[in-house]
Amino acid sequence: MHSPEISVRNLWKVFGQGGEKVPKDQQLAGLAPGELLEQTGCVAAVRDMSFDVAKGEVFVIMGLSGSGKSTLIRCLTRLIEPTSGRILVDGQDVLEAGTTELRELRRRKMSMVFQHFGLLPHRTVLDNVSYGLQIRGTAKNDRYAKSREIIELVGLKGYEQHFPDQLSGGMQQRVGLGRALAGDPDTILFDEPFSALDPLIRRDMQAEVIRLHRDMGKTMVFVTHDLSEALKLGDRILIMRNGQAVQCGTGDELVGSPANEYIADFVSEVPRAEVLTLKWIIRPVGIDTPPDAPVLSSGTVIRDAISAVIQSSCPVLVEDGGKIIGQVDRDSILSVLHREAAAV
Amino acid sequence: MTSTLLRERAAVQTGGDPLRAARRRPSRRTIMLGGAAAVWLLGFVFLHGFGTLALPSSELTDLHRSLNQFNAWVASNRSDNPIFLYVLSPLRAAVDAVASLFITVFAASSTGLRLPEIGWLGTVALLSWTAYAVGNARVALLTAAVFTFFGLQGLFVEASYTFALMATAVLLTLLIGIPMGVLAGINAHVAKAVTPVLDFMQTLPTFVYLAPLALIFLIGPASAVIATLIYAAPPVIRLTAHGIRGIPENTREASDSLGTTGLQRLFTLQLPMARRTIVMGINQTTMAALSMVTIAALIAAPGLGQTVVRALQSLDVGTAVNAGLSIVLMAIVLDRVTTAASRRAEPGAHRRSKTSRRTRLVLVSATLVLTVALIHVSRTMLWAAAFPKELNIGPDIVRGVAGASEWLQTHLFLVTVSFRETMTTGFLNPFQLLFTETPLVVLAAVIALAAYALGGWKLAALTTFCLAVIVYLGLWGDAMVTLASTLVATAIVMVLGVVFGVAMGRSSRMDQFMRPLLDAGQTMPAFVYLVPFLGLFGATRFTAIVAGIIYAAPVAIKIIADGIAGISLTVVEAAVASGSTPWQVITKVQLPMARKSLALAANQGLIYVLAMVVVGALVGAGGLGYDVVAGFVQSSLFGKGLAAGLAIVFLGILLDRMTQAAAATPARKTPTAKTTRTSRPDSATSPNNKELQP
Amino acid sequence: MTKAGLILKRTIPTLAGAVAGALLLAGCGGASVNQAAAAGASNASCGTVNVAMNAWVGYTANAAVYSYVAKEKLGCSVVQKDLSEQISWQGFGSGEVDVIIENWGHEDLVKQYITDQAVAVDAGPTGNEGHIGWYVPPWMAEKYPDITDSKNLNKYASLLATSESGGKGQVLDGDPAFVTNDEALVKNLGLDYKVVFSGSEAALIQSFRSAEKNKTPLLGYFYEPQWFLSEVPLVKVNLPKWTPGCDSDPEKVACDYPDYKLNKIISKKFADSGSPAAKLAKAFTWTNDDQDAVATDIQNGMKPEEAAKKWVDTHSQQVQAWLQ
Repeated sequence: MHSPEISVRNLWKVFGQGGEKVPKDQQLAGLAPGELLEQTGCVAAVRDMSFDVAKGEVFVIMGLSGSGKSTLIRCLTRLIEPTSGRILVDGQDVLEAGTTELRELRRRKMSMVFQHFGLLPHRTVLDNVSYGLQIRGTAKNDRYAKSREIIELVGLKGYEQHFPDQLSGGMQQRVGLGRALAGDPDTILFDEPFSALDPLIRRDMQAEVIRLHRDMGKTMVFVTHDLSEALKLGDRILIMRNGQAVQCGTGDELVGSPANEYIADFVSEVPRAEVLTLKWIIRPVGIDTPPDAPVLSSGTVIRDAISAVIQSSCPVLVEDGGKIIGQVDRDSILSVLHREAAAV
Repeated sequence: MTSTLLRERAAVQTGGDPLRAARRRPSRRTIMLGGAAAVWLLGFVFLHGFGTLALPSSELTDLHRSLNQFNAWVASNRSDNPIFLYVLSPLRAAVDAVASLFITVFAASSTGLRLPEIGWLGTVALLSWTAYAVGNARVALLTAAVFTFFGLQGLFVEASYTFALMATAVLLTLLIGIPMGVLAGINAHVAKAVTPVLDFMQTLPTFVYLAPLALIFLIGPASAVIATLIYAAPPVIRLTAHGIRGIPENTREASDSLGTTGLQRLFTLQLPMARRTIVMGINQTTMAALSMVTIAALIAAPGLGQTVVRALQSLDVGTAVNAGLSIVLMAIVLDRVTTAASRRAEPGAHRRSKTSRRTRLVLVSATLVLTVALIHVSRTMLWAAAFPKELNIGPDIVRGVAGASEWLQTHLFLVTVSFRETMTTGFLNPFQLLFTETPLVVLAAVIALAAYALGGWKLAALTTFCLAVIVYLGLWGDAMVTLASTLVATAIVMVLGVVFGVAMGRSSRMDQFMRPLLDAGQTMPAFVYLVPFLGLFGATRFTAIVAGIIYAAPVAIKIIADGIAGISLTVVEAAVASGSTPWQVITKVQLPMARKSLALAANQGLIYVLAMVVVGALVGAGGLGYDVVAGFVQSSLFGKGLAAGLAIVFLGILLDRMTQAAAATPARKTPTAKTTRTSRPDSATSPNNKELQP
Repeated sequence: MTKAGLILKRTIPTLAGAVAGALLLAGCGGASVNQAAAAGASNASCGTVNVAMNAWVGYTANAAVYSYVAKEKLGCSVVQKDLSEQISWQGFGSGEVDVIIENWGHEDLVKQYITDQAVAVDAGPTGNEGHIGWYVPPWMAEKYPDITDSKNLNKYASLLATSESGGKGQVLDGDPAFVTNDEALVKNLGLDYKVVFSGSEAALIQSFRSAEKNKTPLLGYFYEPQWFLSEVPLVKVNLPKWTPGCDSDPEKVACDYPDYKLNKIISKKFADSGSPAAKLAKAFTWTNDDQDAVATDIQNGMKPEEAAKKWVDTHSQQVQAWLQ
């Protein structure tokens, strides 16, 4: 496996006076949030967090509000100074970086898209998109040329001379996206970029991100509180609660084998048939299953398998890497669908 | 329909219930305040006149005498002390050079022999063009009209002196103030260090530093400019810092995430985004500078202020009104031009204007050519250099006003005098006695108890400290005289505030009618309206109180009007729907809900009235104000005047903190009280939130 | 761009250019106004004189005549500055003030500015004799003859009480800047009185005038030479007699004001400059009647310059003597 693009180890962020003592102190570190606040007046927004993000991966951090996800993503480029731990970006230790190195990191390796856009109201779309390039000293002609490309890429051609307050929310976020892309960073960080948008526009923007990821293959770290968004975009999803990681895995792992009650409750309303693959509902091959029964791959999403299984007169075999690992029959499909109907 | 009505009525009733319950069982705070009042009355009745620490105004304490030494020290050190040689004298010379430059250009050469470099026509052209360049055509026309009118009034030279000094002071203030404001805006430590200094500068009565400044920097334009600088710097520093701190956290963060350096952030983000607030600061600084430059007439600053001072001394209402009119008009011009400039500074303002950027640029340069030509003409032709005397209608204005005021004085004399006497003997004197005749110990205890009731131990300690300082300064008696007048004036200000504020808050037509009047009241330098009231009421405490009321009422009215207008419409609708009469809506819903605004209005009213205390002493107020004025003009009272100035500052702090505490909701003991102190993680990304309030 | 904008853009520059050109042409013909003004000044050696203007009419009369003579006979340019007495003295150091044309004593300032700092010099007496004291309107002196003795004042305290004096009798003072010992006097003479400041000479005069007209009681600070005394002959209240040194400690004064030989103070620099205006300042003397005549004219609405001109025109010999 390649070395990860981003590697986070034992990361802590404790707000409040004397917060730096908390991670070192075994007793304090183990306290529940309420007790910690009671004893020290501190709030641990990120506790002992470790994870890796592979190159080109879309890594989603998910949690309810107050779970610490926005703090976590800001720690990655030290917009919020972490209390302790280690962050490696492309092998470089971010926490050890000096002011200049950190600035270079922000200018070239990681840019960020914000929930409330953070556009400069006194600059045109073109100037907003080229802001990052201007900051790092790119000549005017070059940065305008590059920015015009990016503006076209994010679908804002013709709006170059508009000001942010003349654009709709979705278009403003396209500007924010353009600004992040203009510097050609390796990684783009998204902090709940679409939660302020209308549902329809949100769907468009999600599609836009998927398209950009497909075309440009950038590593993306995406914070959201919307599970369906997480499942739609994420290669892997990290679920946070009270500053801690609860579970990290692919979408079907979370839905199929939730680590605890919290996750189970969380994913209970997910349309399982659309997320789970056959692997999650196989049973041992029955004795009366004919060997020439139809075979489906274990990675097939249940919904796509419905017609094949229903039409088949016998259970369907499931293979993984050329090996038969089990079977699926009408009952198992129906029980998934039934559970969903009951949930609704 | 009926069901909603019922529900709303129920809602209103439940809303009223806790209130009624509270009234039935008075809170601890009410009991303590009542107790304080009782102690006060008992102390007054039984210990009347004992230990009041009254000090006749010619008498000094040892502290005052030692402060007097400062006077002698400056005199003996002026020529050889290094501080004077290398700091103060060069500073004076530098300021003087800038001031002389402006005076030479606009008003006259410093020897007085020559006409100004730019004659009246050139001045009118140049200022109108500037108004157009930073603002718009309308304010340019206003500028031209007003400055030409100065000529018609026969006051063009005086007005140019005032303008030149004001411009010098504003220029220097901005040179110092904007960088200071930027520093305070980007660095919380600087802000923390600067804020109390600014508070002090703003509560310190101007007269207090006029005397030492004149002593150190000698009288003349330089001292006037330095005094003005001290008075006018706080607004621009505060607003610049506020503008920079007020930039949304997410914008700042977005810029940081791209790797901006500190300087890049300042120039691409902070200054452009704070531009509008900074220009608003320039507006306030300009208004303050104008008002101070007129008062600096007392230390030989030339201009309109001198005319007003002379008129005050000879009770010449006509001349005073003529010159006062000039000051008001200049204030209006400066206000409108800087306001127009701040509109232009709004992001995207040029998009809304009808002319394009290019057209405007062409127009600005074309009019500049015209302006230069006019300036040239004003340098070469006598009619354009000195305003033609034939056009002078000043004497007519003076005569007209003098006649009118004479008529008023002779016909209204009995009315005004009996009104004044009734108010003074029936209301002001008894109230003042309550302060001056109650023993020091009793009164101090009463105030500390009230402070404890309002804000706990901390506030009680602070007020006791302030009172102790006043006693130490040897001015307890005078401070109580001032306190009594200030409270009376503030009470009347609050009555006016509630009456007009409610009227404005409830009716937008009333609001439209009142706003310009209030704006005019606020822009008018205090000096100006002293004269007519002096004519009507004579030099008494009553006149001073009236002046204080006029100065403070506009602010209070505006705050209350905004508070009433800001109440959610649904609440008022609900009250009306449940059958309340307008009176009930006002007393049961609007006033209680605007409680915060009322408290803020009282706070601001007090501070504004207190700021007028010294100016009021020019027309007969006693107490600390008189001490300051006397200390200014009599060198043997210099130290006492200085002490009185400090006493006013401490009185101001005391009143400010007590009204602020009264405004705050009484602290309830709830478990959430602790969490509010520490920032929640999600809001922690914007730690500056609480500092945003000015 | 709108049509109006286009028209504006085209016409305004053309128009502005044309007008500017025309004005420049017209302007080039004339000489600079300052050159013309400089040529007009008759006597360049005199230069500028800065005269402090203190706030009573008698002073204004002195200053008006001095300024008129300096301007018209010597060709000086005179700058008058309204300043209170003590502040005027500060102006000697900075060059803001050259002349104080009527000075009432001020021993402390004499020591500070003339003896210690040597920035000012005494330019001799004005010829006027000054008296400060407590006065009552004539009708009171008639009705209560013994009021003119300060020992009997306490008898009338309640009569003289006002809403401003807090139950005691009122002594009405003028501008806080005027020379005054009144508060010390009240205390040291054991009087049941309170000093109340009216704020200006004009307010004092108005109060005395209406007190005499309406026969209302009033006791107040006043002084001569003063033109008003010829309109309403106020009666002086006798305070304990002045003896040398009895008023040396301002807090312990218990005697009447001294007789002031009013004098002129000019700045050292001005005196040494050899300016004819400095010589004029030293030579300027006249009588109390002269001052009253000019002051009355000013008070009756004449402009100070006009009143000065009237006096100078009728006293040309005396003026000639000053200029010798």
